[in-house]
Order: sequence, then structure tokens, then C-alpha cells
Amino acid sequence: MELIVSDLAVVRGGMRVLEGVNFRVSSGTALVLRGPNGIGKTTLLRTLAGLQLADEGAVAPGPEAMAYASHADGNKGTLSVSENLEFWASLHGVDDISVALREFNMEALEARPAGSLSAGQKRRLGLARMAVTGRRIWLFDEPTVSLDVDSVALFADAVRRHLGQGGLAVIATHIDLGLEGEVLQLGPFKAEAPEDHHEDFHEAFL
Amino acid sequence: MIALLKRDLALSVRAGGGFGLALAFFLIVVTLTPFAVGPNSATLSTIAAGILWLGALLSCLLSLDRILALDYEDGALELLATAPIPMEGVATIKALAHWLTTGLPLTLAAPAFGVLLNLPPEGFLWLTISLAIGTPALSVVGTFGAALTVGLKRGGLLLSLIVLPLYVPTLIFGAEVARRGAEGMAFETPLALLAGITLATVALLPFASAAAIRINLR
Repeated sequence: MELIVSDLAVVRGGMRVLEGVNFRVSSGTALVLRGPNGIGKTTLLRTLAGLQLADEGAVAPGPEAMAYASHADGNKGTLSVSENLEFWASLHGVDDISVALREFNMEALEARPAGSLSAGQKRRLGLARMAVTGRRIWLFDEPTVSLDVDSVALFADAVRRHLGQGGLAVIATHIDLGLEGEVLQLGPFKAEAPEDHHEDFHEAFL
Repeated sequence: MIALLKRDLALSVRAGGGFGLALAFFLIVVTLTPFAVGPNSATLSTIAAGILWLGALLSCLLSLDRILALDYEDGALELLATAPIPMEGVATIKALAHWLTTGLPLTLAAPAFGVLLNLPPEGFLWLTISLAIGTPALSVVGTFGAALTVGLKRGGLLLSLIVLPLYVPTLIFGAEVARRGAEGMAFETPLALLAGITLATVALLPFASAAAIRINLR
């Protein structure tokens, strides 16, 4: 299995932010996205996940192979940790949440309402959701925000196990997770600013 | 999709979920009406069917902005969009969950509240039936309004303005069925129209809601 992105142009708020993005990620490896704030890492990941339409280019396979973890975890504070995970699992047709709980060290917190968890624990719950989607391609947007050193290692191990089972991952992060795979700098793909529209501007008032 | 329904129902009965909000508001409207219009039982029984329908509609309106806004704010709606269920399914389930937590309790409570307004005895059956048939349309139309305004901060006002005109046909025919039923007149025509509106909205609007959600998530 391979993720192939060819000549992709992504838009945010009607403006192209990245264009001509080409990369391949093969089974068992992870691609790390780097670039300054605002370059379009989130927009690229959302486009891969199918939440936004690409202006140009193609992504293969389609969004149905991807699991996406955004800044927001989408877990409900009044449901317990296991209820939240069970919901996502059954939505994706997966029965077993025990592996996800174990991998992200959430077993002791299983019965706690998600609203009473600390920021880092909530983040871990959000990441554990990826393990119950049963999808091959994991997309992460700044996954390590508010995680402590041990949890970052826990997360890296979980991704490594996923890669070991033939999965692949695209991760936008600024820290080194020590994963097998390449680093993609998004700077060179920055879209050119649109040409001056002075003439159109005057025409509009004629 | 059953999982989504179960989650939404569980959320609505947990703390801060809003189950009972509509019912409490309905009770307030119905208990305050006799104070406002006076205790004349003849007047009350004339307006009872209309007040009960109006109260049910307004209580329904009260909880509309919660249908999608909460899931939008915590990112769950985005994740639902990437999950292997169609957005049309999400919109349908959201409307169904809303009906089960507002429309259905209102329908079941309406006969009890009818007593407070001196609703004529013949009216109880048709009031309940008209609410049972009409309130699903309120939830489905409301979900559509919520889908249109999901990305907006303080979209509640706009939501009410969009939804209210769409509620008018249901209100007219629903109240008409209840009123005619209470007065022992023929009610087949408004009943058929009420059912027609509900069936049409249930069949068509989830597609519109899904399209609106997709656009708002971009």
C-alpha cells in the first residue's frame, strides 16, 4: 500500500496556500510535515482527509483509507473514556477498544468522565481514537501538544506499531519522534501570491 | 449510525445535556397562559389547542442550536465527516435524536398540559395525534437550519429567523387538526397536509442538511 499525492494544490478561505505538492509514502513509513506556522500543514492534512476539496491534483487512495486527528479531539466530557472510544470504534465497525486503551496507557482512566481528564490525558484519548478506526493511513496534526515526555514516547511507540503492521502515517509536528521515514519541508510548495488585479479593480467601477 | 443515536441520547440525559429543557419551557408557557388571558374557562378552551401547538413549537426551537453546534465546537462533527457513515445519515440521526428528546416527550406530555388549559375532552386524542405527526417535521427542519448556521458564532438568532417561516405550515395544519378535533369537525384535510409536510421534509431535507454541513466544514 502506498499513499501517492500528485500535483496537489490546496486552498484555504478561497486562496491557494500550497501548490505542486508531490510525495509518496509507502507502507511502514511515516512522513513528517515541517514548515512555519500558517504555511498550510493543517490545510494539507484536511485535504488528504477529504474535509476540503483540492483545487488541483490527486490523492490516492481516497479519504476512506484515512483516519484524521485534528487539534480538536471530538470527545464528550460527560461520557467516560471507554464510552467515547466505544462510540468511535462502533462507528468504524471495530469491536475491541482494549488495545487502544493499553497502547495509550488509558486503562486506569477507563471509567473516568472525559471532562475530568487533564489536558494531556484528553490528548491521549484523542490519539487513542485513531487506533479504533481500523484505517491504514493515520494523519496527525500536531499530535504532541500538551503531552509530557513519557506520553510522547507512548505515542511514538503506538505509531511505530501501526507502521510495523503495514500502516502509514503523515504527521505535522515540530519535534523529532524518531520514526522511520522522511521529512517534507512545505516551504518550497508555498503558492505564489495572486497577480495584481489593478486593472480588474478599475474595471469594476466603470 | 445506531452508535451515533445512542451517543446523542446518552449525551442528552447526562449533565448539561438539555433533555427536559423543552419540556420545562412547554410547562412554563402552558401554566402562564391562564394568568395572562384570565381564568375564563370558555376562552381557555377555545385557544387551548393553538397555545399547546405554539408552546410545543417554541420549546422545539429552544434546543435547535444544540443539535450540531456542540459537535462542531469540539471537532466531533469533522471526525463524523471522515467516519464511514454518510453525512445524510448523520443529519437524519441528529434530527431523530432531537425528536426523541424534545418532540416525543412534548407529545406525550401535551394531554396532561391540556388539562391546565381546559382543553375539551374530545380534543385530547387529536392534539396528541397531530403533535405526533407534526413534531418530526419540526426536528428535521430545525436540523436543516442548524446545518446552515453551524459555523457561525451566535448563529442562534439567524437560525430562528430561517426556521420560523418554515415552521408556519406545520403550525397552521397541526393546530387546525387539534382545533377541529376538539370541536368535532372534519379534520381529514389538514391531517393529510400535516402528514404530507412531515413526510416531504423527512425525505428531502436530510440531503440539504448534509450538503450544508459539508460546505460549512470546508
